[in-house]
Amino acid sequence: MGTLFRSEQMTLCQLFLQSEAAYTCVSELGELGLAMFRDLNPDVNAFQRKFVNEVRRCDEMERKLRFLEKEIKRDKIPMLDVGDNPEAPQPREMIDLEATFEKLENELKEVNTNAEALKKTYLELTELKHILKKTQTFFDEMQESGMGDDSTHLLGDEGLRAGGQAPMKLGFVAGVILRERLNSFERMLWRVCRGNVFLRQAEIETPLEDPTTGDNVYKSVFIIFFQGEQLKTRVKKICEGFQATLYPCPETPADRREMIGGVVSRIEDLNTVLSQTTEHRHRVLVAAAKNIKNWFVKVRKIKAIYHTLNMFNLDVTQKCLIAECWCALEDLDRIHNALRRGTERSGSSVPSILNRMETKETPPTFNRTNKFTRGFQNIINAYGVGTYREVNPAPYTIITFPFLFAVMFGDAGHGLLMTLFALWMVLKEKGIIAQKSKNEIFNTFFNGRYIILLMGLFSIYTGLIYNDIFSKSINIFGSGWRVNKIGPYEKDITLDPVHNYTGPYPFGVDPVWQISENKIVFLNSYKMKLSVILGVGQMLFGVILSLWNHRYFKNYLNIFCEFIPQIIFLLCLFGYMDILIIAKWIKYSGADSGCAPSILTAVINLCMFSFTKIENCPDFYVGQEYVQKALMIIVIVCIPWMLCLKPYILVRQEGKKKFLIRATQENNSNQKDEHSGDQVNDVAVTIDGGHSMGGGHGEHGEEFDPMNTCIHQAIETIEYCLGSISHTASYLRLWALSLAHAELSEVLWSMVMKIGLQKRGVWFTGGIIMYFIFAFWAVLTVGILLIMEGLSAFLHALRLHWVEFQSKFYKGAGYIFQPFSFEIILDEASAEES
Amino acid sequence: MPCCGPRSSLCCLIISVWGIIMLSILGGLLYIDSIAFIEDLGIEDTETNPNATYENIKDHFEYAAYNCWIACGLYLVTFFISLQQFYSNKRAISS
Repeated sequence: MGTLFRSEQMTLCQLFLQSEAAYTCVSELGELGLAMFRDLNPDVNAFQRKFVNEVRRCDEMERKLRFLEKEIKRDKIPMLDVGDNPEAPQPREMIDLEATFEKLENELKEVNTNAEALKKTYLELTELKHILKKTQTFFDEMQESGMGDDSTHLLGDEGLRAGGQAPMKLGFVAGVILRERLNSFERMLWRVCRGNVFLRQAEIETPLEDPTTGDNVYKSVFIIFFQGEQLKTRVKKICEGFQATLYPCPETPADRREMIGGVVSRIEDLNTVLSQTTEHRHRVLVAAAKNIKNWFVKVRKIKAIYHTLNMFNLDVTQKCLIAECWCALEDLDRIHNALRRGTERSGSSVPSILNRMETKETPPTFNRTNKFTRGFQNIINAYGVGTYREVNPAPYTIITFPFLFAVMFGDAGHGLLMTLFALWMVLKEKGIIAQKSKNEIFNTFFNGRYIILLMGLFSIYTGLIYNDIFSKSINIFGSGWRVNKIGPYEKDITLDPVHNYTGPYPFGVDPVWQISENKIVFLNSYKMKLSVILGVGQMLFGVILSLWNHRYFKNYLNIFCEFIPQIIFLLCLFGYMDILIIAKWIKYSGADSGCAPSILTAVINLCMFSFTKIENCPDFYVGQEYVQKALMIIVIVCIPWMLCLKPYILVRQEGKKKFLIRATQENNSNQKDEHSGDQVNDVAVTIDGGHSMGGGHGEHGEEFDPMNTCIHQAIETIEYCLGSISHTASYLRLWALSLAHAELSEVLWSMVMKIGLQKRGVWFTGGIIMYFIFAFWAVLTVGILLIMEGLSAFLHALRLHWVEFQSKFYKGAGYIFQPFSFEIILDEASAEES
Repeated sequence: MPCCGPRSSLCCLIISVWGIIMLSILGGLLYIDSIAFIEDLGIEDTETNPNATYENIKDHFEYAAYNCWIACGLYLVTFFISLQQFYSNKRAISS
């Protein structure tokens, strides 16, 4: 049987790897990605494992690389991503790599600290320059007003005489402060010094770069005049508190001029040094940027290999490592080859050995997929990973999922748009993968591109069947309805199916229904019946698939006690209903439509053991009453059949087994009595007995509990019987969503597009209105009908598969096969980065 | 010179392609008096004479067809503008 129908046959293998060849062998297996290693020392914590040192070194290297990457990103240097996949380097190369990274990191750190120190000096110098320039204007003003002159006093000689004091000497401090702090700074100064200081400020127009954060900040120059030492200390304290930087400012104009000259020349020197430093840094980073992706891949591979090696057991002789892994039976040859390559590469003379092991553990579930089936397998796995070797619903889902979606999304126009979108994604596949889009929503759509493509194609088909293209019908073959009467114009004409109907439309729904008033009534009846037929068909298929499960697992009891009553139950109730629906379509025409039985009444009567006869009409078929009663009796018989037979047989089997075990034990004790003298034989027999008992229990797994079995069976029976009724009703969502979709698109057309088709005053106004109306209609069509309705139809199709279809045969109790593969590890790492 | 972004020009491009194809077909269908659109044309039922009614309906159909074709022409213009925008955006990004 093909691998798509069931998961791969897996086997547990034991690997004996020479210590020197282990690294290369694991590296080869990682490239191959077909083996899932088991942790053989789960009790040992991460710090006590053998290769913990190497893992730590890899972590350190990774940290250095991340630091480098951050620096590269900060300088906006493009990182070369050629997408090459270097092999995992040999362990001895690790030292080289470490040395390289160490050197790079140190160099970069040094450059960074130097640059920071230089920038800090630069900032200070520029601030000083600004202070000197700005304060110059203050001092100049003072000069003009005569305040700066010590010899003239505010009050002239009078003041001196009156106060009798020595001439006042005004002190000042100058500094720079962040502009947004200036206001509160000024207020604080005023309050603390009680208005006895004089503050002047000027803004520095050009932003300055903060050396630690690299941000641009705006600052202001201030100068504070005060008198006396006490005020000076206060002012200085406040400046400190507001993190203003104070700079010494000479008092005489000549000194200031000299200082400014010095500062400017130093700034120039500093500039040249700074530019050289940044250039050096840039060179280092550009060189690193070329290799960084490559290095990342290498380091991650080494780390993954040591992680895997940590899961291995050491042989007693310390000469070889023992590993256990799950792998598919088909891949054994490739794994053998990889091991041989690995051993050759390491130069070891002793080959690595791969041993198949027998085990009672359930293997992981591994479904081989390609890019087309992966999306569908993911839908199934999202519900539950299949039990090992269980029937895989994915191959059937490939057809039924898009089909059920399309039943709900039946519109050829919308289907065409969806197909075009999916087709674009499928055709441009390689380009889009290379782009590595970070948009999560787009990636979701992209991963499901083949599902969307099929959904679109099926929607075109169902749209043509429903005869809906953007809610309009097309008339290709000529409607089957004729208006025979030609007379005066009438608004409404009633067409009689007996006289005006010539025959069915060859494909899909007759286009005449689009302009009829009872379109919804007609389509409802058609779509409702269609969805029940499809639903019962899918459930029946699901029940039949369970037969393949029972046969594969050799569970013949389940075939007789579950599968057969289940299928009879379903067929007698809903299979019969389907036959009635189809028979009614075939048997009755317009002429005798009055005699057509109501399907719903027929099914209710079936369950109630009653029968209603329509007046003046022949029966639907001869003996309908008796057939229906017989069917109902069979259905009722099926329930206890499902409920009781299996637990009863199991309990009896268990009883027999216990009896047999007791009998053998008695035998053994009898033997013991006979050979009471022979000690050795005695022991051997008891061990034997113990073994056979243990083996018997091992096969069954756990202790047999009759109560548990009964409850389990009761739950399953109730679930199935009630389920098949509610699930049939649940399939009516196919009709409901299809109706909603058709109505919504019709409303959109008649509310929006209709405006553009009306006749207006001037000849070109209609065209211009149409231009805007079409854009509006197009946006709404995509937004509401394609995306929103599409998502809701997708969700309902998903539910129909997960609940209604898979509950009939799919347990989904397995665990997934996660091979050790560099590809997966690297993908995960790059996904984490972004 | 790009005056609208890469996304909006792409959006306009797609809508105008869709508009050109769909409106030209729609216009054609209306021109041959496709019955499916009869309820969308807003025909008032005032004439008593069947011939006059028929002429009235034909007139409405023809008018709606011209509406579609005019809009189609406008979308042709939009198409070229947005195409130019799209490529100038692309060049601006790549350079």
